[in-house]
Amino acid sequence: MTKYEAVIGLEVHVELRTKTKAFCSCPNEFGSEPNSNVCPICLSMPGTLPVLNKSLLEYGIKAGLAMNCEIAHYCKFDRKNYFYPDLPKAYQISQNDFPLCRNGYLDIEVDGEVRRIGINRIHMEEDAGKLLHGEGKADYSLVDLNRGGVPLLEIVTEPDIRTPEEARLFLENLKQILQYLDVSDCKMEEGSLRCDANISLRPAGSSVLNTKVEIKNMNSFKAVQHALESEISRQQKLYETGGEVVQETRAWDENTGKTSVMRAKETASDYRYFPDPDLVPVVLNDEMIDEIREGLPELPAARKQRFIEEYGLPAYDAGVLTSSKELADYYEECVRGYHDPKKVSNWVMVELLRLLNTNSLDIKESKLTPSHLIEMLNMMDKGTISGKIAKTVFEEMFVSGKRAAQIVEEKGLLQISDEDQLAAIIDEIIAAHPEVVEDYRKGKKKALGFFVGQVMKKTRGKANPQIVNKLLLARL
Amino acid sequence: MEIFDLTAHELSDLLEKKEVTDIEITSAVLKRIHQIDGDIRAYVTITEENALHAAKNVHERRNKGDALPPLAGIPMALKDNICTRGVRTTCSSRMLENFIPPYSATVVDRLLENSAVLLGKLNMDEFAMGSSTESSYFFPTRNPWDIDRVPGGSSGGSAAAVAAGEAVFALGSDTGGSIRQPAAFCGIVGMKPTYGLVSRSGVVAFASSMDQVGPLTKDVRDCALVMNAIAGYDPLDSTSVKRNVPDYTTFLTGEVKGKRIGVVREMIDDGLNPRVAEVFKKAVNKLEGLGAVVDECSLPVAAASSVPVYHIIAPAEASSNLARFDGVRFGYRAVPEKGEKYTLEEMYMKTRGKGFGPEVKRRIMMGTYVLSSGSYEKYYIKAAKVRTLIKKEFEQAYERFDVLITPTTPDLPFLLGEKVNPLDSYDSDKYTVPVNIAGLPAISIPCGFVDGLPVGMQIIAPAFREDSLFQVAYAFEQNTPYHRERPPIKRRASEEKAKGSDIDD
Repeated sequence: MTKYEAVIGLEVHVELRTKTKAFCSCPNEFGSEPNSNVCPICLSMPGTLPVLNKSLLEYGIKAGLAMNCEIAHYCKFDRKNYFYPDLPKAYQISQNDFPLCRNGYLDIEVDGEVRRIGINRIHMEEDAGKLLHGEGKADYSLVDLNRGGVPLLEIVTEPDIRTPEEARLFLENLKQILQYLDVSDCKMEEGSLRCDANISLRPAGSSVLNTKVEIKNMNSFKAVQHALESEISRQQKLYETGGEVVQETRAWDENTGKTSVMRAKETASDYRYFPDPDLVPVVLNDEMIDEIREGLPELPAARKQRFIEEYGLPAYDAGVLTSSKELADYYEECVRGYHDPKKVSNWVMVELLRLLNTNSLDIKESKLTPSHLIEMLNMMDKGTISGKIAKTVFEEMFVSGKRAAQIVEEKGLLQISDEDQLAAIIDEIIAAHPEVVEDYRKGKKKALGFFVGQVMKKTRGKANPQIVNKLLLARL
Repeated sequence: MEIFDLTAHELSDLLEKKEVTDIEITSAVLKRIHQIDGDIRAYVTITEENALHAAKNVHERRNKGDALPPLAGIPMALKDNICTRGVRTTCSSRMLENFIPPYSATVVDRLLENSAVLLGKLNMDEFAMGSSTESSYFFPTRNPWDIDRVPGGSSGGSAAAVAAGEAVFALGSDTGGSIRQPAAFCGIVGMKPTYGLVSRSGVVAFASSMDQVGPLTKDVRDCALVMNAIAGYDPLDSTSVKRNVPDYTTFLTGEVKGKRIGVVREMIDDGLNPRVAEVFKKAVNKLEGLGAVVDECSLPVAAASSVPVYHIIAPAEASSNLARFDGVRFGYRAVPEKGEKYTLEEMYMKTRGKGFGPEVKRRIMMGTYVLSSGSYEKYYIKAAKVRTLIKKEFEQAYERFDVLITPTTPDLPFLLGEKVNPLDSYDSDKYTVPVNIAGLPAISIPCGFVDGLPVGMQIIAPAFREDSLFQVAYAFEQNTPYHRERPPIKRRASEEKAKGSDIDD
């Protein structure tokens, strides 16, 4: 039986977080009252003209540089013409034959190996509004133009992706980079990142390009992976049973786990692209591009490498801690205030991420700040609290946002380091368990742990373990 | 002379000398509108109350001793594709019959900052597509020199109003000659500035790469005064150019000695009405007599290809610009009969089918065609290349000449209903269209009469050399009487009616 390989290319639309829209000064905000972020320009009223928001250009160049693209010294805007009520000018300002960026790539790690995914182009355009279709049998639709004119980047990859997993990993990497650049939220659920995929199959090792199918309507990275998996098996079945793959657009249905035909190629639109005479071409020189290049933040791959070298972290830890810019910033803020990076890494990676996950919170929403953690770690070092108590304190800080010292005081969690007090408890325990003392003296060193456990139980974990050890050893 | 016959600078002088008040001027022009606009039909909307209020306001400020600009208190009107906050702006189309913009065009703001008084909005060819003002959805406008004839177009209302004393000056828009041709037909001055000199913000777009707003005035000095007010960079228009705007009145020296003037050979050829040619020739001789150095100049590409290039690029842009009139947010929307329902597509088709007139639909169809895949390379791309050649041809000509001159139109104002074939009408723009394609400034000034009908001379300068236009135009004007002629507001076929409405005699 023929073994097939997939040829996959992605088209990603990313909404940029500029303060204002692409061609007018309306606020670029998600979740406002319908039609509140609108003006005559983005309502496309007669006589109004678009004026390019410089941030759109700057964000586009940043993204292009981060994805190793050539930045065009000359690019222009074109009109993509089609009628739809969410598109008030009946054309979208986009870039057709002279995009802002070309010929880039992203390196992604798949099973420990680096795969290079080519970026064909990145161009600037504006978003359309949203239609709210009347509920039930209502025979109307409502138009919300808050999103109309919001700046977008369209990122088109080369057909270099070979597996659905690679597609997901590419998107995760892309999201990471764009978040590091602080140009987009990349929230697929809110629609600030949208992805369409083109996919065809061919016999493994062959270089032919077979008929491709476009898949839309995927609203998570996992959905992209699943939709591609489903499409691979559909196409494979067609090839194996002598069927034919036809060029068409298919929609992914999350519920059925299948794709279905959205529109055939014959009904493809003629967008009548032509240069937008209302906007002048954008001419950039090396100086302007270099200035933006110099202002780029450290990107995820470089930061991961630095965490390994500078903080002596294992590659895995460094990878997790740099997976988002906020988390990496959080970690580094802790490290600046505390001497042991590995210890910080353990607390952040194990405890903090666990709590964030179970509470579905974002690191930005955490009440437990780096200074909380630093204070707690210092209290541990001074012997004020034990490691065991620290976990309780940590969870309490996470929930209430109170400082460690306050929690310790309120809950009476101060470590007992008073030798007389501990000696009394220890004597009592030793007296109560002569047989264990016997075992210990016969060489069963594990018995020491039993006594420590008993002391901790009695003191509800507050006994200073070093002092307990010292006192026990002296007595045994 | 009556008040309504005077120019802006004459009125400004009288105001300065307190020989007339702002209120008297506006009232006189409003009265003139009431008396003759029934015959001329220049106005789509008259804002009488606002005008009187504004005039009173200027009057009070003047009495307080405020320093006022030269256009203060001067009543003017605007082509109805120039948006006016709170005043309906129709583009003479059913599509925008009841459209009231919540914003003003930048040119309107600038005129109002200069305390000019807005009288109302002027008729035009629908969406500025036409050369006669007959494609207006409302009614055709008449030529004040012969009300059986068209005033030209598309700024026909603007030209007729100024010529007839229904406004001291007006603004029009010019995409292929729409200011200069009606100015020529109505015996007044009309200027299309360099592309990018005057803001297009708030001016309903026809063909964005060629549209420019400009003045229609009774003489060259008024034209300079209006340009002083409206020209200059506007951050709301990306195609407006950042450069200093001079005081254009400083170029009104009356001196043309040594100016190198090129007469475009291809534009005094077969296609030109011989009697217009005669008048134009005299005008050329006059310039020569004033000391200008006149020679022939050839623009073969511009002359042969401008009209086809124009009728590819302009409709292409228009088809996209006018796509926003879809019945969804503003303007006309076709409503289904009782019991009937429209799908979205039906609503679009009925709205656009009923909202637009035949000429607009024709151009939208042509534009859609030349942009569609398969035609784009053949038409649009090719036209864009020829456009570059035309620009270069002009640039070469300006190595030898300071300005070029042509008759503004190949013929005299034609009769209403005379031109039924759109191609004939397209041809009447052939001397003005090359200027828009190349983005250059040009002015049309009165240069004589044929049987009581005015003839215009077009002067064309290199980009941003409006100074040359003003210098040559003013020198010619000051040495000829034509700009002082006022139209009889007459119907040649029926003298009866003319007498009834002509209060000027």
